[in-house]
Amino acid sequence: MTTRIVELRRGILKKNDELAAGLRERYAAGGVLVLNLVSSPGTGKTAFLERTLRELKAKGARVAALVGDLETDNDARRLAASGAPVRQINTHGICHLDAEMISKHLAGWEGVELGGLDYLFIENVGNLVCPSSYDLGERIRVALLSVTEGEDKPLKYPTLFNSADAAVITKMDIAEPCGFDRELALRNINEIRPGIRIFETSSKTGAGMGEWLAYLKEERRTRKFE
Amino acid sequence: MESLAAYPGARVVEVRLRVGALSAVIEDSLQFCFGIAAEGTPLEKARLVVTIVPVVMHCAGCDADVELESVQSFRCPRCGAPCFDLRQGRELEIESFEIEDGDGMEKAGDAEIGVTA
Repeated sequence: MTTRIVELRRGILKKNDELAAGLRERYAAGGVLVLNLVSSPGTGKTAFLERTLRELKAKGARVAALVGDLETDNDARRLAASGAPVRQINTHGICHLDAEMISKHLAGWEGVELGGLDYLFIENVGNLVCPSSYDLGERIRVALLSVTEGEDKPLKYPTLFNSADAAVITKMDIAEPCGFDRELALRNINEIRPGIRIFETSSKTGAGMGEWLAYLKEERRTRKFE
Repeated sequence: MESLAAYPGARVVEVRLRVGALSAVIEDSLQFCFGIAAEGTPLEKARLVVTIVPVVMHCAGCDADVELESVQSFRCPRCGAPCFDLRQGRELEIESFEIEDGDGMEKAGDAEIGVTA
């Protein structure tokens, strides 16, 4: 009986990576800045995005959002209240979005063309593990963390925080009653992703939103989308 | 499985994976799931050999690629400066697989890289 070794050197997520590269080209050709929002369930991604969409729209920006959840279109309905086009992606049990799901939901999205947008937000499924492995072709990956979650979350989920381009701390309006140690949280984020931009926000009061929107505008400018 | 199509009737003895320390994959879970997923396939009795690839960052100050001791701190182990530039550690790839002869293997051609007895 003989055996043989076949060298493969093939990435297990190769198919996703190839699709994501194609999406990245399409986003660039359309001149749209794409952001992928990732956090635990309950961090406040939807509330943060709702406020972001509303404020960007008020400034005249053309925005849209894709939102991933295992089931229900509750988040899409909440976000649609901002007046922006929103499409729900139901993953039916899958704990993350992948490039193929994005591709499918961009196709046949009535009234939405990539070339007609300034910003496209993708709200990932609430999960701090698997979404870090799936490139969606985004320019900016945003990791969100709320003041109720514990300052050591970046240390517990280094894979995700290290892959992020920006970090957003949510629910700052209740930081004090929660005993949130701001300095420690900032230090932990910086330990895992040195030099990352960190925004301290409250979707309820609007705190920190000005700085966040200025960052988005600056990113569009420096990444040559306008 | 796609790559196995070239070797009809072959049984897989071993699969070697390279898994980055920052790939969000835990070896124990992978071994457990592999056993379940492989049932009823030519991979059923295969060993899964996982090599963990450490995180390597480029330290601008030292102008060198440095291996991190843990993923709890992205600082250069030599000079202590924060590191921004990841060079290795997110891999998740099939390095190779080892197969045992099947009936159709001769037809598949012998373009392989290594053959062992």
